Amino acid sequence: MFANFDFDVIARSWKYLFFDGLAFTLKLTVLAMVGGIFLGTLLAMARLSSKRLIAMPAATYVNLIRSVPLVLVIFWFYFLGPYVGAWIVGAKDPVKVGDFASALITFVLFEAAYYCEIMRAGIQSVPRGQVWAGYALGLNYWQTMGKVVLPQAFRNMIPVLLTQTIVLFQDVSLVYVIGLPDFVGIADKVAHRDGRLTEMYLFVALVYFILCYSLSLLVKQLQQRVAVIR
Amino acid sequence: MNYTFNWRIYWETSPDGVHTYFSLLMSGLGWTLATALTAWVMALILGALVGTVRTMPVKWAVVIGNAYVELFRNIPLLVQMFLWFFVMPELLPKAMGTWVKQLPNASFITAVLCLGFFTSARVAEQVRAGINSLPRGQRMAATAMGLTDPQAYRYVVLPQAFRIILPPLTSEFINIIKNSAVALVINLVELTQQARSMAEFSFKVFEAFAAATLIYLLVNAVVVVLMRAIEKKVAIPGLIVASAGGH
Repeated sequence: MFANFDFDVIARSWKYLFFDGLAFTLKLTVLAMVGGIFLGTLLAMARLSSKRLIAMPAATYVNLIRSVPLVLVIFWFYFLGPYVGAWIVGAKDPVKVGDFASALITFVLFEAAYYCEIMRAGIQSVPRGQVWAGYALGLNYWQTMGKVVLPQAFRNMIPVLLTQTIVLFQDVSLVYVIGLPDFVGIADKVAHRDGRLTEMYLFVALVYFILCYSLSLLVKQLQQRVAVIR
Repeated sequence: MNYTFNWRIYWETSPDGVHTYFSLLMSGLGWTLATALTAWVMALILGALVGTVRTMPVKWAVVIGNAYVELFRNIPLLVQMFLWFFVMPELLPKAMGTWVKQLPNASFITAVLCLGFFTSARVAEQVRAGINSLPRGQRMAATAMGLTDPQAYRYVVLPQAFRIILPPLTSEFINIIKNSAVALVINLVELTQQARSMAEFSFKVFEAFAAATLIYLLVNAVVVVLMRAIEKKVAIPGLIVASAGGH
């Protein structure tokens, strides 16, 4: 079956694949995770607010983002970014938004909706008494959240947050649709240049599988360790 | 900003000279629904099988079931699309590979296969969780009444497990509709792809993507309402309450 396969194409291009492609994917994943968790936590706090004027828009945003495909959201930002940029700067013509910046903004705004739901569950998993105790000690809302509730919420949700990050890592491959040089994008370029689609795609699948599977095993271990202490 | 809205664009004729943009979007919606529904049937059947196998007292079967789920969960959907579309025909015997490549609806068939297997792994995970969430006594009682293992699954375990996992299955169903957009990379002209080409041809970017977003929202709403109705129809009085307190 593999008789007329040429796996040499990987030996020839691995530096390009890993140091450019995978590095791009990892950079985008990590930055989008940090931004997504930050924005997601703010959204979760907004959704749990007792003021409807704050809770409603946050809930609408999260539900809207969660009901459309990521590919569509990528197109939204890719095509409309220049117009929105022009509107912000006040320029007359569409401005050029960098590819990486455009992708990063997309993923932060998209994943924030998913991280929001995780953080909301995390905040709700902290007993009410903790909040009352915080207020009783004279802390204000931000102090109670920052010093009492959120640290516990994060701790409880670390395994779920990491699982979502594995999903994000896989989702980043979708920047292929706007032609960015991520791991899949670069592999695709090399595959078409050398006419070795089969070998290249199998290799890409293998690399993703090894990375995601070992990460998910790590998460499982972490989950057990957190579970033992509590 | 130099952007002029034109909300009548949907009724204008597209570059193909025959169809309006609206009818193109509708044809995209048709392909999205056809792909998602066919793949969903496949995912339900396979997922129920694999999920059940993973709870059986046969060790090697459980290992195979787990491997199946891990395989489809740890490779990005985009890469799986490529594998089914470009790689699978090459791995088949030559005559069969050529036949597959020349199928008239190759994109549609590959997309269904890919989404079906991908989602079946996620359904299998839900089915396993649903079965494991039942009180152990249920299976013991079934055995005590003289039911064989297959009978216990058929008459006692599975009917309860499926009712429990209906809500997560609803979100998987919505996921498969959203995920079908990824099939545009293997040239399936579904809703997102139609919106994208409308944006590129008419330069009415905002109108094109707004329409697609609105259609996805409507489809989601319909799915949620339908599944709620099914949930209500099949509910056994007292079951969910009992199982929530039982373990």
